[in-house]
Amino acid sequence: MAPLLAIRGLTVAYGGRTVLHGLDLDIARGETVALVGESGSGKSQAALAVMGLLPERAAVSGSARFDGTELVGLPRPALDRIRGARIGMVFQEPMTALDPLFTVGHQIALPLRAHRGLTGRQAATRARELLRLVELRDAEARLTAYPHELSGGERQRVMIAMALACEPDLLIADEPTTALDVTVQARILALLNDLKQRLGMAMLFVSHDLRLVRRIAGRTAVMRAGRLVEVGPTERLFAAPAAPETRDLVAAEPAGRKAPPPPGSPVVLEARNVAVSYPGRGGRPWRPAPRRVAVAGIDLAVRAGETLGLVGESGSGKSSLGRALLRLEPSAGIVRFEDRDLTALSRAALRPLRRGFQPVFQDPHGSLSPRMSAGAIVTEGLRVHAPELGARERDARAAAAFAEVRLDPGTRHRPPHAFSGGQRQRIAIARAMILRPRLVVLDEPTSALDRTVQRDIVALLRDLQAAHGLAYVFISHDLAVVRALSDRVLVLRDGRAVEHGPVDTVLETPREDYTRALVAAATT
Amino acid sequence: MTTAATPPAGAFARLRRDPAAVSSLAVLLLVALACLVGPLLTGHAYDRIYYDYPRTPPSWRAYPEPGTLGPALDRLALRMRVRAEDVSVTPEAVRLTLAADRPVDERVLGFLARSDLFGPARVLARSPDGRRLSVEAPVRRLRFLLGTDALGRDLLTRTLVAGRVSLALGLLATAVALGLGVAYGAVAGTLGGAVDAAMMRVVDILYALPFVFFVIMLVVFFGRHLGLIFLAVGAVEWLDMARIVRGEAMAIRRRDYVLAAEALGAGTPAILRRHVVPNALGPVIAFAALLVPRVILLESFLSFLGLGVQEPMTSWGVLIADGARAIESSAWMLAVPAAFLVVTLVALNLFGDRLRDALDPREA
Repeated sequence: MAPLLAIRGLTVAYGGRTVLHGLDLDIARGETVALVGESGSGKSQAALAVMGLLPERAAVSGSARFDGTELVGLPRPALDRIRGARIGMVFQEPMTALDPLFTVGHQIALPLRAHRGLTGRQAATRARELLRLVELRDAEARLTAYPHELSGGERQRVMIAMALACEPDLLIADEPTTALDVTVQARILALLNDLKQRLGMAMLFVSHDLRLVRRIAGRTAVMRAGRLVEVGPTERLFAAPAAPETRDLVAAEPAGRKAPPPPGSPVVLEARNVAVSYPGRGGRPWRPAPRRVAVAGIDLAVRAGETLGLVGESGSGKSSLGRALLRLEPSAGIVRFEDRDLTALSRAALRPLRRGFQPVFQDPHGSLSPRMSAGAIVTEGLRVHAPELGARERDARAAAAFAEVRLDPGTRHRPPHAFSGGQRQRIAIARAMILRPRLVVLDEPTSALDRTVQRDIVALLRDLQAAHGLAYVFISHDLAVVRALSDRVLVLRDGRAVEHGPVDTVLETPREDYTRALVAAATT
Repeated sequence: MTTAATPPAGAFARLRRDPAAVSSLAVLLLVALACLVGPLLTGHAYDRIYYDYPRTPPSWRAYPEPGTLGPALDRLALRMRVRAEDVSVTPEAVRLTLAADRPVDERVLGFLARSDLFGPARVLARSPDGRRLSVEAPVRRLRFLLGTDALGRDLLTRTLVAGRVSLALGLLATAVALGLGVAYGAVAGTLGGAVDAAMMRVVDILYALPFVFFVIMLVVFFGRHLGLIFLAVGAVEWLDMARIVRGEAMAIRRRDYVLAAEALGAGTPAILRRHVVPNALGPVIAFAALLVPRVILLESFLSFLGLGVQEPMTSWGVLIADGARAIESSAWMLAVPAAFLVVTLVALNLFGDRLRDALDPREA
């Protein structure tokens, strides 16, 4: 039987730069094929090219036959009869993929009215069915909700409902769970699996996460640098990866454990009853809305050479807590750094002490000022804490700091955008390390990175910690990384500590349901 | 300043490689140079009125035209109360005999020199009874490459002199607006909270002042002066700039790199200088390039009301306003200054656009 979608020699180029080199891939009816690769491997380009969604300047060649129809070069009206009706698509970012100005019901009804010619009333009825199908709570009420009133997971369910509205033969899911929390991720995956079986559609599942793919795809195609390197049954790929690229991806899980801190090492950071709250919305000047509590009374202590992992879903307050520990966020409670109480200090009084405790943020794109050179970014702290240094000495220190985070010192005069995500994160780490801090608060430093890059950053962080006896507060939702880096774990939920203990105890034998859900979602 | 606050490496190299940027900058410099030096080379003073040449269309030809000299001489003779006889015209000079019933007073020759057609006349011969005077007067050759205005002033010279005023005003007022607006907006946006609210209310109040009323007050208190226009225009235009920069600054303040700088212990002035201002630059430059034309047009509006540049001094705005009134009879009076303004503005916008792109580090 002819495959539902047959991709032959699909090539995508921008100007002279080819980002996808002759992809060949078949998807049979009812089959799930995963397209896996790191960022820049061309997997999303392939999916978008099939859908005819690439920008004008992209030159697409080769062939993608869908049920006998050539999609490449198909004129717009003919393409529109297939897109949305016979091929559905789910995007990565459910916030930006939904139009904020229209209600959920309206947006789901749109493809139905366009492709099926349903009246408004019929479409609304069908939209209600679809929302029930994707197991959205209060489907009835949600029809009239706007996208911003939904959580990320709910929005993704709406996206899926939209994609399924016309009962497509093929669903293309481009990183549908990447922007979501692990527990939500697991539920969305289960939903997709279930829907696929019930509706008998084929699915092209694009993801950077090989682990995730294992749960959903029968066959997996691995890509790197725009080329297909291996394709085969998913289980076979895991059991016996043939291509080195696949082996890399399979083994990309951060491995190893951190050595415990030397006994009797001093407490570097101690926090008691730390609480953070934000002004509530929608109040009146004379009657302000109640404050939104992000962190409610957390106690913790970190010793030199020790790592405390802060774990929880998004919105659990872990980033707020991290910023409060660094005194970057107004908070209640007491924060002691070494033997000083930071709580009462003014911003100005705090400034000279800041070199002792430094942050590294999640997004290596947003945390480096785009208009400064990498070297200037790294040495910015020296301007504050070692103003006696001249430009030449600062430059020498920058070169040394680059070498310490294993970056080529010769690249220090380039602007941040000339570096890859992993390299940028190294620059951010160098910026913190150049001040020789005793405490570093790492706020999801690996979450925006590819798995293989993650592994290197984790190794770097471990080495730096061992070399300088650093205390880390490591914030992450990714339990694999937390396990590789932490001594103890503090599990947060809605700003409260749910569970606290040695990393093995908490992750192997969780006491609380919430922790158990986190662990289950991360490991299965 | 040190490396941190300078534009990203290679911004100027990138600008130099960009043909559009280079050519637009060349055009701007050319216009500026023409306005500075040009009036010295045209051979006319910008305020010299040629009564014989009102509304002369643009032409390469030199005036007066041969055919027009005879009738012109007759008119002059009438005013001199003499008869012009034996008129012979060569391209360089005229010879004629002034005849009258009474002896001819030589002082009437002044009429010839005072007209725009002839130079000082020389007496060749005088009849014994003094009733006939043979004179020779050189013909004054004048060129009005871009024509003259309604009063007979050379339009090229006037346009170039006007360009001095308009360009200086456009650039200086924009610089004032830029400096004031960026500083004010960046501080308000970065500090935020009550300070921001108070600072922006001041801006709102200034916005509410009617501009013309504001300028009239200035003129009433300080007299009419070109410097006042700079002040008035700059004082009004920085408000927009402050709002734009404040919006940018508020967005930048929430960025992780500002948080990181704060965690490094950098003070607010350092954060403003190193992070907020450089990163807010893109929209600022785009807006500044649009501000220059606005200022130039604003000045013409003021001049139109009699509050700005006064005759015989002029500006592009004034010339365009004059030209617009004369569009049916002499379209070049509008076309010439408008062409200068359009060329300048196009070059300015293009250059501003390319400058912003070159300063954007992601464009490398």
